[in-house]
Amino acid sequence: MINFQLPDFSPALPEMFLLGMTCIVLIVDLFLNDRTRLVTYFLAQVALLGTLMITLNTVSLDVQTTFSGVFIRDPMSDVLKIAVYTAAFVTFLYAKDYLRDRGILKGEFYVLGLFGVLGMMVLISAHNFLTVYLGLELLSLSMYAMVALQRDSAVASEAAMKYFILGAIASGMLLYGMSIIYGITGSLDLSEMAAQISTQKSHILMAFGLVFMIVGIAFKLGAVPFHMWLPDVYHGAPTAVTLYIASAPKIAAFAMLMRLLIDGLYGMHEQWQGILIILAVLSMGVGNILAIAQTNIKRMLAYSTISHVGFLILGALTGTQNGFAASMFYTLSYVLMALGGFGMIILMSRKGFEADKLEDYKGLNQRSPWYALMMLILMFSMAGVPPFLGFWAKLAVLEEVVAAGHVWLAIVGVIFSIIGAFYYIRVVKLMYFDKADVSEPLSSSLDMRLMISLNSLAVLFLGIFPSGMLNMCLLSVPG
Amino acid sequence: MGTEKIIFYIFAFIVVFGATMVISVRNPVKAALYLVLTFFASAAIWLLLEAEFLAIVLVLVYVGAVMVLFVFVVMMLDINVARLKEGFIRYLPLGIGVAVLMAVMMIMVVGPEYFGLDKIAAPERHGADYNNIREIGGILYTVYVYPFEIAAVILLVAIVAAIVLTLRRRPNTRQQRPEEQIAVKRGERVRMVKMSAEERK
Repeated sequence: MINFQLPDFSPALPEMFLLGMTCIVLIVDLFLNDRTRLVTYFLAQVALLGTLMITLNTVSLDVQTTFSGVFIRDPMSDVLKIAVYTAAFVTFLYAKDYLRDRGILKGEFYVLGLFGVLGMMVLISAHNFLTVYLGLELLSLSMYAMVALQRDSAVASEAAMKYFILGAIASGMLLYGMSIIYGITGSLDLSEMAAQISTQKSHILMAFGLVFMIVGIAFKLGAVPFHMWLPDVYHGAPTAVTLYIASAPKIAAFAMLMRLLIDGLYGMHEQWQGILIILAVLSMGVGNILAIAQTNIKRMLAYSTISHVGFLILGALTGTQNGFAASMFYTLSYVLMALGGFGMIILMSRKGFEADKLEDYKGLNQRSPWYALMMLILMFSMAGVPPFLGFWAKLAVLEEVVAAGHVWLAIVGVIFSIIGAFYYIRVVKLMYFDKADVSEPLSSSLDMRLMISLNSLAVLFLGIFPSGMLNMCLLSVPG
Repeated sequence: MGTEKIIFYIFAFIVVFGATMVISVRNPVKAALYLVLTFFASAAIWLLLEAEFLAIVLVLVYVGAVMVLFVFVVMMLDINVARLKEGFIRYLPLGIGVAVLMAVMMIMVVGPEYFGLDKIAAPERHGADYNNIREIGGILYTVYVYPFEIAAVILLVAIVAAIVLTLRRRPNTRQQRPEEQIAVKRGERVRMVKMSAEERK
């Protein structure tokens, strides 16, 4: 029989704690009614904070694998997981009032959100094709259901259907690629795969599998030409859900890229670099140019996400450790800015008014100078204006692209960033130089106002002192 | 080797034939039944690979449960096939073009010259006493316990999602309340009416 030793459970302690807490939230929620629903919210936040504490307490610089090698815990996974908890915490906080005002404050939002976080953690710590796929499905399934949460909205249902069908096709592509590579190497383990690639000479079959796997990754990231779902889903989903899908899952998608292409198939760097170059250039181009034509700010931010994904891929395709660190830095910066951007839409909206048109931001400065300033910080940061965080993120990526010898790619990136600056600055122009249609000041709860100010100021603060975060990325990325 | 090859080709042909029919027949019920045929033939191919447990599970779960449910749903729903076929002709040339291109590329890349037995060795044969189920059970709960648990969580999410998306509490619906129904008394249902008998004509 199999000679089996009990695996070391301690590296997976955060996952186990979160799963247990999520099940508790699921059960406790059954006994609550709509007036006491906030208990679910607090329990969900406690679950995230507890998971954060456990992760922080067990953090180490060693690379540990357990459960027969399907699970890996390295510094990169710790940093990314902590970023995921933070993003989910902020998302839940922003989402609470929005959901309550629209009558969709159900416990399931938080339960599915927590399961999604668990899926992201599994994906981030995956060291085997099986866990990559299972983590991805756990995350995606939660997100499909969350998009459809507003059942009576036709737009939301349509968005959920599109997301579900396209997501299923992308998962199928990913699985097909994985099965081909499994067929050749005979192993699902990522390090074994890396060892096999270094000894093989011909990669044509592996490249065949690789193409399908990249399709799956590109879909999850939302890179052109696999971006079709993204604007529709961002637009159709309730803003609170859009906030969820736009932030933390991008970290998980980045982790998936790192795990599959760097941990597993780094030996095929030449093959995947070419594909990633096409994806990056197309994403930056299509994202930035189509964003100009949008009148809906959720759609505009969706196209802006696509362009940011292009930059993220740009960092990863260099194939150097510094390049990966820059890409990771870009991902974390993007998530912080996306949280702020979609958070501002939630802050502006109220019951019966979604604040998702660009003209809704007219004259925000007269109505509320402070939040206009916060939005200005976020928009300038996304556009890449110094000294905000987005500037350093773009700079780090471009530096590494030049260092890897792709000067033309850096130039393309800069040109598209300049084109993209237009639609961010248009929001600023609307806020500061146009007259407001309505004059009443914004009204929202204290925790929401505090958090959004904190969020925007973090973008400013990290922009003034970017070195700490950049060094953290450099230290944690695998070599 | 000879008979095995013949058996393989027979069932492989049935799989391809069934799969083609699934997407080409007009009647959705027939399509579902062809899918059942495809699953049966795939199960037979799995048997050739000595994966008898998977073969049986495929028949039990997919054919026995999933497909029956599928046929049931297809019969319940009134699907307008004509409307689904709109735009079929318009996109046909493009679709055929892409499909042919893909097929040519795939044959070029994954042709037989890369997949011969000399390239990838055949798995070793096991004797008659080799127990497939025991082997799977042995690694499922030990080596693969982590993925197994995650799969369980995915099923839980699926249940939560299905319930949240379909369960509606409508106050006006008429529903059965067995606890009140069995506690009913004669007086609440039957009313004794006194009538004078009619005269016979």
